[in-house]
Amino acid sequence: MMKKKWNGYLIAGCLITGIIILWIVIGRFYTPYPPTKMSSAKLQGPSLAHLFGTDKFGRDIFSRVMQGSGTTLVIAALTIVIGAGVGTVVGAVTGYFGGILDEILMRLNDALTAFPSILLALVIISILGPGKYNVIIALGIVFIPSYARMMRTAFAAQREVNYITSARLMGASSMRILLVHMLPNTVHVLLPALTIGFNNAVLAEASMSFLGIGVTPPDVSMGYMLSEAQGMFRSAPWYALSVGGVIALLVFGISLIGEGLQRMNEEVN
Amino acid sequence: MKGEVMKKKLLAGILAVSMMGALLTGCGKGATQGEGSTQAAAEAPAETPERAKTNEIVIGIAQDLDQSLDPHYAVAAGTKEVMFNVFEGLVKYDSNGDTVPAVASDVQISEDGLVYTFTLRDGVKFHNGETVDLDDVIYSIQRCKDDPKVNPQTSTGLACIASLEKDGDNKLVMTLSEPNTELMSLLTLAIIPSDYDKQDTAPIGTGPYKYVSRTAQESVELEKFADYWGTPGNLDKVTYKINEKAEGLVMGLESGALDLVSHLSSTQVGELSKENFNIEQGTMNLVQALYLNNEVAPFDNELVRQALCYAVDRQGILDMAFDGYGFPIGSNVFPAFTKYYDESLVNYYEHDVKKARDLLAQAGYPDGFDMTITVPSNYQPHCDTAEVIAEQLREVGINATLQRVEWETWKADTYAGRNFQSTVIGLTADPLTARSLLERFTTGQRVADAEGNRGNNFINYNNADYDALFEQAVKCYDDAEQVKIYKEMEKNLTEHAASVYIQDMADMVAVRKGLTGLTFYPLYVLDVSTLKWE
Amino acid sequence: MKYALRRILALFITMILVSFLAFAAFHIISGDPARAILGMNATEKQLALLRQELGLDKPFLVQYFNWLLGFFSGNLGISYSYRQPVASLIIPKLQVTLVMVLISFGIIVVLSLPLGLRAAQKSGGRLDWLRTTVDQLCMAVPAFFLSILVSYVFGIVLKFFTPGDFPKMERDLTGALRYLFFAAVCIAIPRIAMAVRMLKSTIIEEMEKDYVRTAISRGNTRAEVLKKHVLKNSLVPTITFLGQTMAEIVGGSIVVEQVFGIPGMGRFLVASISNRDYPVVEALVVILAFWVILSGTVADLVGQKIDPRLRLGDRS
Repeated sequence: MMKKKWNGYLIAGCLITGIIILWIVIGRFYTPYPPTKMSSAKLQGPSLAHLFGTDKFGRDIFSRVMQGSGTTLVIAALTIVIGAGVGTVVGAVTGYFGGILDEILMRLNDALTAFPSILLALVIISILGPGKYNVIIALGIVFIPSYARMMRTAFAAQREVNYITSARLMGASSMRILLVHMLPNTVHVLLPALTIGFNNAVLAEASMSFLGIGVTPPDVSMGYMLSEAQGMFRSAPWYALSVGGVIALLVFGISLIGEGLQRMNEEVN
Repeated sequence: MKGEVMKKKLLAGILAVSMMGALLTGCGKGATQGEGSTQAAAEAPAETPERAKTNEIVIGIAQDLDQSLDPHYAVAAGTKEVMFNVFEGLVKYDSNGDTVPAVASDVQISEDGLVYTFTLRDGVKFHNGETVDLDDVIYSIQRCKDDPKVNPQTSTGLACIASLEKDGDNKLVMTLSEPNTELMSLLTLAIIPSDYDKQDTAPIGTGPYKYVSRTAQESVELEKFADYWGTPGNLDKVTYKINEKAEGLVMGLESGALDLVSHLSSTQVGELSKENFNIEQGTMNLVQALYLNNEVAPFDNELVRQALCYAVDRQGILDMAFDGYGFPIGSNVFPAFTKYYDESLVNYYEHDVKKARDLLAQAGYPDGFDMTITVPSNYQPHCDTAEVIAEQLREVGINATLQRVEWETWKADTYAGRNFQSTVIGLTADPLTARSLLERFTTGQRVADAEGNRGNNFINYNNADYDALFEQAVKCYDDAEQVKIYKEMEKNLTEHAASVYIQDMADMVAVRKGLTGLTFYPLYVLDVSTLKWE
Repeated sequence: MKYALRRILALFITMILVSFLAFAAFHIISGDPARAILGMNATEKQLALLRQELGLDKPFLVQYFNWLLGFFSGNLGISYSYRQPVASLIIPKLQVTLVMVLISFGIIVVLSLPLGLRAAQKSGGRLDWLRTTVDQLCMAVPAFFLSILVSYVFGIVLKFFTPGDFPKMERDLTGALRYLFFAAVCIAIPRIAMAVRMLKSTIIEEMEKDYVRTAISRGNTRAEVLKKHVLKNSLVPTITFLGQTMAEIVGGSIVVEQVFGIPGMGRFLVASISNRDYPVVEALVVILAFWVILSGTVADLVGQKIDPRLRLGDRS
């Protein structure tokens, strides 16, 4: 009975996320209207012709959200890949080997954690210039420290565990120990962090758009649209609500998957 | 024990429900805002605003004042907008943009235009209570002329002053080395006390309002000056509140925190409940254009620039991004500057996609090209304009990408560094002279001088005829003749498609009902002395 | 004690590192403080003059060491945008943010502890799915979206406070506190959701340990065991989490301050970055870093005090 319920989160999460991803993929090939096509039907409320209404340039919000959530999904996913990927490597190295390298990397890590992410993103955008891919790199770097710290703890905790010491005694290489013996045991820490990270990445992208250093038109992203919709909350509430709603749904779906996976994991243990 | 658990459970339940409830009501209220605001409005006009009783107002502004409040050093338009109420010159602008006597009560100009005799008005007082004397006037003018920190356009303009002499204790004789038709505009420069060194933090002037205090990134306070020589202000106290987010200003109006906000867009005005506010419309008095870097391919080709002029539909931009408000222009002078404005240039390039394509083909770009439009991200109207332009250019095969940059980056890289292809921005006249609008496109402003100092020709406009016309204009001492030459220069800019001129933007001001007397100037100022509660 | 000293030394080193990174950042970001002050029409001569006045013409490292020397003698420098000592400018802003963050932290602690406990006890119950779903939803709502909703609903419609009219704290303390409360709620909600989830899984994990099972099999009730052992053992991860929370809500306050129009540190930081007012940014960055690292350090030290075993595990 318990098992069934746990999978319920996973199923619901996969269903929500799957539908959104399907929707996004369709958006790559077909949108009801061209996403940048302007028309004189400005700020129209939701109707059959425009499911989410239109924005201040008379563009179809549904089509733009289809395209924008794709951009956002890609940005968030790649941000997490960079952040968690590099973070895990740093965490593994520092957590397992320790010593002076650990000390140096962790101080640098602390410094980066404490550094305002907006300023860090600005610096990176200043070097690389604006644009979608540079936003990803900037956000990825911003996300490294928190993963590094977390993974370091996860790896350090296993260092003196019996099976690791015995593996070491049996002559397994550090590489093998890290990859085969330790990494799988960090999954329960990493998974929920990935979900939360995804949420944060979407929001961070929104904040960057807010400051005008996010994606550049004609690219659209959810963050860009949300910051735009904020100013029209009273005259066009459907704009903020549909964009905010899709962001929340996307994050919610992914969180449910995270929750489901975590519970499955707990059950196995 | 059990009771406690129950209580906790209940509490948790209530919390969860109320949180959800808050979210849901949030959505509900948002969706039915029409009804909600009508309700609020039905009550609102009945009660007099609290501040009407104490005779004060709160004005919302989008940026903090300059680091220095010294009127001779201040550079930001936003600072001048506020300090217009604090400072006056020998003369000042009226609402037509003409100069009228202020600290001077009278001025006599000699036949040859070389000697100006000013009569100092009796009993003009500074905000610290001291009476203005000729020493203060001479000090103020001399400072603007010589101090290296003063706006260079002001100091070069004043360079023609050869001497300043006292004649008795209320007459000032100003002798010029050569006539200058624009001198009066320059003499709106603030008169400040000669023996006071705290202008940058606690400024003192002669205007109808005196400066009280400021709090960084929060507010600025002004107070009525009781000893003002002219018609005193009506309001006792004026507070400016700073909110760098336009949405914050709109919300402040709606919540009752603010009484007046200028420079709103039509979209923002649409957010306000009409029952509580009057919307007044003036002009921003600037030249908004898609400025093209004339030195960078493909815009070094005049045909391409002309093609862009035909491809961009100005009325379309106004309709799409500004709800139809705004005034299309055809050259680098805005309509409110009537003396120099040439209306015939507005329709020099009619929107014509076919012509644009033909010109592009002729220039060697039959299939269009890729270009970037750099826009300062903090100026939403310019970003919107650029977005509409990009969409319009798609029709002629040009693929334009926007590059949104921070304002300081724009200033350093785009404007000063001239490292751009095209940009949307609005240029103002400061001081309000034709020269300040048109000199910037001359060769003198394009190339570096002996000190490696480049001028303001950031679009690198390069036209020998234009340079020659400008030489004539500055040497011309006949007003009518000079106006004609300046108009020739305007035409030159249009014909050679220096840039794609778009509009002078509409300036929407939201004023709380009950507050009257808003006066528009052809300048970027807000005169609070005429405002009053009914 | 030795451990505490090491942590404090690490804190110190990190702050120096952060201040250096911030300084280096200014030299990379495009934009020029002199131009920011003098405007578009400034001449090279005027710019050079001002740069000299501000000491911007000196080499990068010299500038940095001058700043560092000033910092250690208690002088944070003079703001470029306001010509006032940085300290006098930022202290009022810090007060506002500190109060808001503390209210927010209070809300998080007061609500998440009982909610988390309940969630753990009722785990697997009939309403578990609902609780989890609400929890997840609260985490999924973007903070600034929440802020917009709250300011409209509670500010404009219900008029509990006046958005855009933050009263000065020294003039109207209750008004200011009321205003800050609503902003603090927006910061708190996602963190509460996270805290509840974290508490729940920690407690459940602990409940499944052998000693708990033994205790229960010996005839102790679940509630007794929970009270006597589990809670005590869950305390350390909770404190670590609260330490993180303390650090992160300061970051979260930046966006919320923008939407609510609160003149706090976050908004001032963003404005100062866009004005290129480096002395202010530098000071705020160092203070922020201090806060973030201090929260972590304090949480660690308290954790050690409670559970000395940790000292063996951690080597940093």
